[in-house]
Amino acid sequence: MPVFDEMNGVAGSGEVRAPYEQLKHWLARTPRELLDTRRSQAELFFRRIGITFAVYGDEAATERLIPFDIIPRIIMKKEWDIVSRGLQQRVKALNMFLADLYGKQDILRAGIIPPELIFTNPFYCLEMQGLKVPHDIYCHIAGIDLVRVDEETFYVLEDNARTPSGVSYMLENREVTMRLFPELYSRHRIMPVENYPDALLACLQSVAPRSGRREPNVAVLTPGQFNSAYYEHSFLADKLGVELVEATDLFVKDDVVYMRTTEGPQRLDVLYRRVDDEYLDPLVFKPDSVLGVPGIFGAYQAGNITLANAVGTGIADDKAVYTYMPEIVKFYTGEEPILKNVPTWRCRDRESLAYVLDNLPDLVVKEVNGSGGYGMLVGPHATKGQIEEFRHKLKADPSNFIAQPTLALSTCPTFVASGVAPRHVDLRPFVLSGADGVEIIPGGLTRVALKEGSLVVNSSQGGGTKDTWVLGA
Amino acid sequence: MLSRTASNLFWLFRYTERADFVARILDATMRLAALPTSYNEERNEWNSALASAGNVALFKQHYDTVNEDTVRDFLAFSPHNPSSIRNCLASARINARAVRTALTAEMWETINDAWLELKNSRGNDMDRDAFSDFLEFTKTVSLHFDGSAYRTMLRNDAYYFTRLGVSIERADNTARILDVKYHVLLPESERVGGSLDYFQWTTILREVQAHTAYHWVYREAVKPWHVADLLILNRQMPRSLACCYESLVRHLDLIADIYGRRGPSQRLAATTSAQLASSRIEEVFGHGLHEWVGKFIVENNQLGAEIAEQYLI
Repeated sequence: MPVFDEMNGVAGSGEVRAPYEQLKHWLARTPRELLDTRRSQAELFFRRIGITFAVYGDEAATERLIPFDIIPRIIMKKEWDIVSRGLQQRVKALNMFLADLYGKQDILRAGIIPPELIFTNPFYCLEMQGLKVPHDIYCHIAGIDLVRVDEETFYVLEDNARTPSGVSYMLENREVTMRLFPELYSRHRIMPVENYPDALLACLQSVAPRSGRREPNVAVLTPGQFNSAYYEHSFLADKLGVELVEATDLFVKDDVVYMRTTEGPQRLDVLYRRVDDEYLDPLVFKPDSVLGVPGIFGAYQAGNITLANAVGTGIADDKAVYTYMPEIVKFYTGEEPILKNVPTWRCRDRESLAYVLDNLPDLVVKEVNGSGGYGMLVGPHATKGQIEEFRHKLKADPSNFIAQPTLALSTCPTFVASGVAPRHVDLRPFVLSGADGVEIIPGGLTRVALKEGSLVVNSSQGGGTKDTWVLGA
Repeated sequence: MLSRTASNLFWLFRYTERADFVARILDATMRLAALPTSYNEERNEWNSALASAGNVALFKQHYDTVNEDTVRDFLAFSPHNPSSIRNCLASARINARAVRTALTAEMWETINDAWLELKNSRGNDMDRDAFSDFLEFTKTVSLHFDGSAYRTMLRNDAYYFTRLGVSIERADNTARILDVKYHVLLPESERVGGSLDYFQWTTILREVQAHTAYHWVYREAVKPWHVADLLILNRQMPRSLACCYESLVRHLDLIADIYGRRGPSQRLAATTSAQLASSRIEEVFGHGLHEWVGKFIVENNQLGAEIAEQYLI
């Protein structure tokens, strides 16, 4: 399978792609020592401001830096325009799908999705059935993972509709690139990303409960400083200019949520919560959760607080539901999907399962409910033992898995030990949905697999990040 | 602001202040220990350092003997001692990390850099030179941190809570020194035995960083009653109890102004401060210095509890 390189196109074409012209020149002229220096400067910057990421199961590294690759990834305006329209369409459909699922369930009646796929799904939240949320928006902040395979095609790899993280890296990576390479930066016309926090705040305020008598009070809820994304939580609260709260900072009285402040209780209207559904309220979900606020779901049902994202959005980014996204987009928007899904076999179907079992060494197999690159088999890179292990798992519980062809993810020039070399990348743009519509900041988080040939870009598996430039003209 | 944020700020500054205090105790003790025996007959300086800066009972759980090595290890590096310099700076950083959004970039970088540096220093293998450098490093961190706060923080309730943390910790530290060394400050006739001399008094001054200040204030040779006056009642001296309480009253009042409400902590601080302002050192000695200091430590803890009750939980 030919690999598409975002700078050089398909191998052997010998031409540099237009958006990378300047960068390629610059790379050719820049001595390696300078790149080395800039890289250490970047690392020092990240270390000092404390951008760290905890890796679960790795005790020595509760605060590790995600490697930052100093070479930016560049996307042309006309490419971005298509991606952007595709994202709008998809996220709009995701929200309509959630409103329908927790409402009238037309899509199930129309026979588009097998009802058992929804009702037996652990992410379908029965408590949400029949509950209206402001403006019918469930997924206020979505992170849609895209991969590129050729000049024209971006595939959606997965939808993150719960609490997608990484946006702080989008912002900080830009900050660092501007500092390290002012000359290179100013020779491009790069669309800004720095207005993301303002857009997010406006979005969150727009979905405040309608009973609001005043400027809505917004806060960010974090599980605490030992959470892997704590840096991002504090970063966002800071940029939004709102309190970063932990569960113990909140209490509920008469179905109203209050913050404990030095001036006494203060009423809260919108909570951007970075705590998973099941930990949110020990009275309704996991009874032993200490990350949650007892009674907050009651306040939510009473319409006194807006949670962003809504409870129960996990059903929309479930990998089994993912396979129906093209039909979902068509059903709600009446349009053909602009962004394609990666061709996917649902192992729940007998024929697909047979095909998958016959072709394991060529496929990527994912657990339907897995995330972060855990619980997944990359056939071409797996040992015989790992393949056999997955064969057993698949046979034991086929509906728990989907399989996809090994995609030739595009590559970008990346500064690694051997010098500048191509490495595989993906892209996570962030999509905001508020009362006034959908807003997408031009850019996103590019994740890069730093190991040669590797296709796993997850930061928990040794992936790095890049600044992502969308050219304005 | 969130009560937890106020609490984290308050404790963050208590911990950096405490790290500085422990470093000064160790510094002054090393100096005293280096004197020839004839100047310092009792040779119990490490005992007394331990009593001023640490928790003696906890020390005994982990060490058999009191000497330079064990006390240095316990006060500077021990993971078992919550007030060791290492633990103070680590706790400070945990508190800082929990309130990142309430700190300025300069403050965060100071405390984060210190923690990164500290992670690499083991401690046990340090010779006296290296240890001296380590104490200097600790004092610089506190200075730099407090300086960053002073120069960069908005003057709002967040800042006022940091001042409360510094002042209440500082008052506690000064009182602890007095509590341990009261006997060397007693007037001649009331000495509780043993030889004592000039170097004990100057050590106390060094511990509170007042060696030079003393001469500017009293313009005579070091006398024990002046040392007590300087540490307890002199309002010019930043580590005196009177000065700490002026600061506590001022910042509690500023908080009360912002919130439009006064409470028990304002009343208690004002009462103690008024007592300090109207006392003379002779009266303090009249009560018995030891008893007086013991009572002060209890009241100071009481104020800490009132502040917590009123704002921090």
